[in-house]
Amino acid sequence: MKIKADTGVCVGAGMCALTVPEVFDQSDDDGTVVVLDPDPPASREAAVRRAVQLCPSGALSIEE
Amino acid sequence: MTEAIPGLTYTTARERPFDPPDELTRVREETPLHRMIYADDHEGWLVTGYALARAVLAHPSFSTRPELLHPPIQNRLIKMKEFTTPPGFFIRMDPPDHTRFRKLLTGQFTVRRMKQLEPRIEQITNDRLDAMERQGGPVDLVQAFAMPIPSLVICELLGVPYDDRERFQRDSAVMLSLRSTPEQAKAAMDDLLGYLRDLVRRKRAEPSDDLLGGLVAGGELNDEELAGVGLLLLVAGHETTANMLGLGTFALLTNPKQLAAVRDDPAVVEGAVEELLRYLTIIHIGPVRTAVEDVDLGGHLIKAGEAVTIAAAVANRDPERFGEAETLDVSRPVHGHLTFGHGVHQCLGQQLARAEMRIAYPALLRRFPGLRLAVPAEDVPMRSDMAIYGVHRLPVTW
Ligand code: HEM
Ligand code: SF4
Repeated sequence: MKIKADTGVCVGAGMCALTVPEVFDQSDDDGTVVVLDPDPPASREAAVRRAVQLCPSGALSIEE
Repeated sequence: MTEAIPGLTYTTARERPFDPPDELTRVREETPLHRMIYADDHEGWLVTGYALARAVLAHPSFSTRPELLHPPIQNRLIKMKEFTTPPGFFIRMDPPDHTRFRKLLTGQFTVRRMKQLEPRIEQITNDRLDAMERQGGPVDLVQAFAMPIPSLVICELLGVPYDDRERFQRDSAVMLSLRSTPEQAKAAMDDLLGYLRDLVRRKRAEPSDDLLGGLVAGGELNDEELAGVGLLLLVAGHETTANMLGLGTFALLTNPKQLAAVRDDPAVVEGAVEELLRYLTIIHIGPVRTAVEDVDLGGHLIKAGEAVTIAAAVANRDPERFGEAETLDVSRPVHGHLTFGHGVHQCLGQQLARAEMRIAYPALLRRFPGLRLAVPAEDVPMRSDMAIYGVHRLPVTW
């Protein structure tokens, strides 16, 4: 899978960084999402999908 | 669209302290969306289903601008359209105005930033517990613990002197009381804005190393906007978490098994906080929105100008989303509740609130393993008359 993040849409709520800190962080500047690992291992897939689902702004998507 | 209850109006009156009003639950059992008569006779909508609630909150065609809103109940806070919203009060702005303010602040409330605050929150919590121990029971947990912790934390973060708390706590209580007249609510808001304007001016003269000081130095906002941002953060920052701490402790005290799990098992604390947020949903009015154009929501047409009130407390117990939704179970993994909202306005301070709750609940329960109510549970005064639900007082002893 490949994670795509749109920082223009992100509202910095931090649900992604809270759910999978190994994959998502937030910039110190404006709190928008920083993808640490755009192609995470299969073991994190479920958590990443949950983060995408929880994101309140629709900034995150997954390309299979 | 079924019309289960003709002439349905909104209510905050509960039959049991931890459950949403039965009438709202009954609506959800019939339909996720129902016609509702607002306090100004507007005919709008009530959303009770989880999926539809999320869809509304994420949809760009729903506005939070006060001049478009209708009051679900005779609520002075939501009747704010009668006053002008102060500049900088971005919870009541739509993008792109909203975006401008939110982007200036999100960097200050990241998960990582809030982690860095944890040692300080622990210290503040321990100071309060020491004071309770010195004083001896019974004490009112709201005054001794639930209110001071978030109040001290937000004051330090913003750079608002805690010694001025009598003024801002009184003003915010009047603003959030459903019993205040519009004149009283407006006077309280003006007083608080005046106070914050003075504070901002002082920070302009004398730079300070705190959030408001940083915004002053950043130079993006004028003094009026800074005061409005300060007002929003100060009120939202202490009234909400304070009520979660008070109501959450009350809920645990009446569920001894759940209480023991939070006290004894550090591994459940994170999930327990989410479950308490879901189960208690202290946001018991709204969020509220108004459609700015016709919106088709999965076959339901909301027309331009129509108001929508999300009954978050019943949506958070929607059996289509949460199993055993009517039970408090701190040990289950739960996520996706609507207590912090959803969409672009989802709570800016949620990671701070989480940090405060994760520290405060177990610290309290471990310090006083014999913690118990000092009055019968029926005598605990509930905040049905406030914009944010909780307990007015929680007499406890140990
Ligand atoms: C348990 C505690 C809290 C709860 C339940 C809560 C709940 C909420 C909800 C439901 C919203 C969205 C309102 C809407 O969509 O109309 C919101 C927004 C907001 N909250 Fe919180 N909140 C809490 C704690 C805090 C704290 C500690 C702060 C401190 C900084 C804070 C600051 C804000 C701000 C600034 C907004 C407006 C965000 C925006 O419009 O973009 N909240 N909160
Ligand atoms: S959850 Fe969504 S909105 Fe929040 S920081 Fe992550 S990408 Fe941004």
